[in-house]
Amino acid sequence: MSIKEKKIRVLIAKPGLDSHDRGAKIVARALRDAGMEVIYTGLRQTPEQIVETALQEDVDIIGLSILSGAHTTLFPRTMQLLKKKGLTDVVVFAGGIIPEEDVPALKKVGIREVFGPGTPTSTLVEFVKSNVSKAK
Amino acid sequence: MTQTSNLQQLVQGVLHGEKRAIAKTITIIENNDPAAQKIISLIYPKTGRAHIVGVTGPPGAGKSTLVEKLTKEMRKRRKTVGIVAVDPTSPFTGGAFLGDRVRMQDLSTDEGVYIRSMATRNSPGGLARATKDASYVLDAAGKDVIIVETVGAGQAEVDVIKVAQTVVVVLAPGLGDDIQAIKAGQMEIGDIFVVNKADRENADKAVTDIETMLEMNTEEKKWKPPVLKTTALTGEGVEKLFESIEKHRAYLKAGALRHQRRASAEIELIEALKQKIAESIIQDLRQRGEWIRVTEKILVREIDPYSAADSLLRQRLRTSGKP
Repeated sequence: MSIKEKKIRVLIAKPGLDSHDRGAKIVARALRDAGMEVIYTGLRQTPEQIVETALQEDVDIIGLSILSGAHTTLFPRTMQLLKKKGLTDVVVFAGGIIPEEDVPALKKVGIREVFGPGTPTSTLVEFVKSNVSKAK
Repeated sequence: MTQTSNLQQLVQGVLHGEKRAIAKTITIIENNDPAAQKIISLIYPKTGRAHIVGVTGPPGAGKSTLVEKLTKEMRKRRKTVGIVAVDPTSPFTGGAFLGDRVRMQDLSTDEGVYIRSMATRNSPGGLARATKDASYVLDAAGKDVIIVETVGAGQAEVDVIKVAQTVVVVLAPGLGDDIQAIKAGQMEIGDIFVVNKADRENADKAVTDIETMLEMNTEEKKWKPPVLKTTALTGEGVEKLFESIEKHRAYLKAGALRHQRRASAEIELIEALKQKIAESIIQDLRQRGEWIRVTEKILVREIDPYSAADSLLRQRLRTSGKP
């Protein structure tokens, strides 16, 4: 077995109760087109489901998409569970509708970056590539 | 030295059913990491206990939804389940969108279920190169049943028979007539046929088409594949499907399994040999710069690839006595 073929594995997850997944799907598609393996969970995921999926799928990075406003509770909960399961090397970023003033607190619990609406997909691809290689 | 002990630790974790260890091990195998072979050699003696069920069929037939319902049926009976769900890799970018979990959301926090999504990484045949080895990992981890879900398969994607002991072919009404049913490939590999979305029009017609096709089998077989109807969305018919899988398992255990395992061991050996021989020759050629020279000859039509391979193989066999 001589040819190693490492691929970046990304989990795109939608925590909480909103059902707007257009953005999440666009991000998933862009990362797919950048040569990554993107696991999509579907809507209405609990932090428990997201962390369990990340664990089983051995992902390098998780993108959380949320538009419901519940990020201030669901994101810290997700980060806490990741830590509990020993997934401290998994990078987490977020997107959706997240007010500017909430960002510092989210970064404090370990969210690496928060992207708002209108972020070019190329920015996301760059972010994932550079942050995953940094973590390896 | 430390690497070996790390690997042993990882394998111990797999044997204890630890999810993180299972996850990391499958990644190593999937990435074709040099450690993969060592890992397989360590876990292989612990495999052969699980029942491996393949689920295949065209895109949109309802495979993932059916796998979720089937897994729930198995969980009711306290069986632990491992799932390897395969989706295609883009031939252009190498990326993949793995969406089978969307239909299996209820299973993600069940302690008795482990789901791994896998991209084909351009393997033909409906599975990834690493699918079989991943099923070994889940087998060694103690899962009672392993379900391997292929990509949405066309007529000729039949590699699932090399992995699974029981193959379930899932179809839906309206996908084709009796001419489709008579074709070779997918329609030959089912131990069990399922017409899913049976609440739709023409479900009975689809069942009849498949049954008629099966009746044309002239070869005497002890196992006659049943044709079942399910509605995966509501769970209707899934219990019957589970019972059929169990029946097939009992049939295999009564004798056919030995034969099946022997055939599958032969296939495994052939494939491992092919891989090893090709790799050893290619590596040698590359090192000696021969690779470019021969490729160039093929390029300018001086020699055809088959004759080139013939002469390279002869060369290799002549020198293989020397270290």
